Amino acid sequence: MSSFHVLNPGVLTTLQDRGRLGYEDRGVPPSGALDEMSFAIANALVGNPAGTGMLEFTLIGGQFQVGQGGCVIAVTGDMEVFIDDQPVAPYQCHVLRSDAVLKVGRALSGARGYLAVAGGFAASPVLGSVSTLMRGGLGGFAGRAIAKGDDLPLAAPSQYLPVPAQAPAQRFLPQGERQPLRVVLGPQQGHFSDAEIQRFLSESFQVSGQSDRMGYRLTGPAITHLKGFNIVSDAISTGSIQIPGSGHPIIAMHDRQTTGGYPKIATVIRADMARLGQLKPGDWLSFSEVTVEGAEDLWCERQVLLKAYLDELLMRYRRRG
Amino acid sequence: MSTDEQEPSFRIASIADHALYIDFGEVIDVAVNQRVTALAKRTAEAQIAGVTGLIPTYRGLTVAYDCTRIRQSALSERLERLLGEPDAAADPVRCWELPVAYGGEHGIDLLWLADLHQLDPDEVIRLHSAVSYRVYMIGFMPGFAYLGGLDERLHTSRRESPRLKVPSGTVSIGGMQTAVASVEAPSGWNLIGRTPARSFVPSREDPFLFQAGDEIRFVPIDNEEFESLFAQPDYLPQWTWRT
Repeated sequence: MSSFHVLNPGVLTTLQDRGRLGYEDRGVPPSGALDEMSFAIANALVGNPAGTGMLEFTLIGGQFQVGQGGCVIAVTGDMEVFIDDQPVAPYQCHVLRSDAVLKVGRALSGARGYLAVAGGFAASPVLGSVSTLMRGGLGGFAGRAIAKGDDLPLAAPSQYLPVPAQAPAQRFLPQGERQPLRVVLGPQQGHFSDAEIQRFLSESFQVSGQSDRMGYRLTGPAITHLKGFNIVSDAISTGSIQIPGSGHPIIAMHDRQTTGGYPKIATVIRADMARLGQLKPGDWLSFSEVTVEGAEDLWCERQVLLKAYLDELLMRYRRRG
Repeated sequence: MSTDEQEPSFRIASIADHALYIDFGEVIDVAVNQRVTALAKRTAEAQIAGVTGLIPTYRGLTVAYDCTRIRQSALSERLERLLGEPDAAADPVRCWELPVAYGGEHGIDLLWLADLHQLDPDEVIRLHSAVSYRVYMIGFMPGFAYLGGLDERLHTSRRESPRLKVPSGTVSIGGMQTAVASVEAPSGWNLIGRTPARSFVPSREDPFLFQAGDEIRFVPIDNEEFESLFAQPDYLPQWTWRT
């Protein structure tokens, strides 16, 4: 089988899929692609089954030499892409011949980019997922980020699909949406006064440099607790906004701890998690409150839109095949 | 919130469109924790379409769901009905006998902790291994077991600065709790021993030894036995059902 030889791994590049679901009661966080939309689109572009693992880049991509046999790839996210030093378009399938050098450059906007290969990478699932959980050393390639000199084996495409028309797909970038991150208050909003909750909803915060796949630490105004900052540990969900003793919010991301002991003032809704995943240190953000029903409607609408878009991409294969 | 004085109270809260949270109170208490695990079991048995995860903790149950399959309002009604049902007769509990090498290189804080409490180190070991602990929650790291029921004489504050790497299997004390670590991780707890049993092995048929609601009793072993058991990658500690 073909492979990718890593010439330059980028800043933080890990194998991710839709996550390791159903083990949170055993202390295992879901992990998985932080921008599930760009992830889903990359798989559709190369004709992979939904959920096939791919590389997730952070801020900048990487450089890879293709092994014998070549492969078909697509890059999503707002990334620069070069094949043998020639710029090519993201959101499009490309055929890479043996020894070709693929370079994924920096993110022009947002923080994450995705590289899908037709057939996927050859990695063994751990608890049903190939997603890398670095804290715990699970999944991916040896449980860690890829490194210079690694040879990343590719799996054989399950079916030899004809490469679809080379016209780039319309971009579907979550970071294009400019509005506050929408949250539902709670489950511990009772630990904060109404005035502090209003302050949380009206002030702006900045994503700090101490932000990673576990959580985003925010700088800006400190939120004051009504009655202390220690609670008896309970579950932390993806998108939970904890207020620790310092008062500076921490938003739990996909590699979070499954339990914790700080009050949670609010939770980011699902429809805004991909946009949150595209935020990078230095970005500003603010929050607005929605109802649970409003959040559910937004997620369901988002799923319908994404499915229509993916169906359109898959049609390209059917038209050619 | 229940209005009936006879009924223990609970609170159902939204975790956005990700989950519902059934909160039984801001306490570490065996009765509260038993309600949590009983509700988790009943909810699992109800097989509600669209429920994607059940996460029991000390004092509450998080029920994750997929809103494209069930809306939170409908899920909340289902859970309220389940909460209204009387708790079934207590299920049998898995009781583990977990060997632990106390002190020395495996429990570097044992002597310090014994000094602090003005106890003989052997007395600390005796007190720690004399009772059955309930697994209140698995959290922090994959398979990390938080245990309740620690003798008050052994309650010990966490360290001011956490250690960056603590070996897998370490048995430690933090505040009023004791714990069994699963994988190497940072820890601010006081390290008193280490079990040769591996509580998380991803490739094993059942990757996890413990789940919330189990009981654990520690059995002191010497270093030689530790080495012998640790050398067996397939070694599993014994457990029995307690009804």
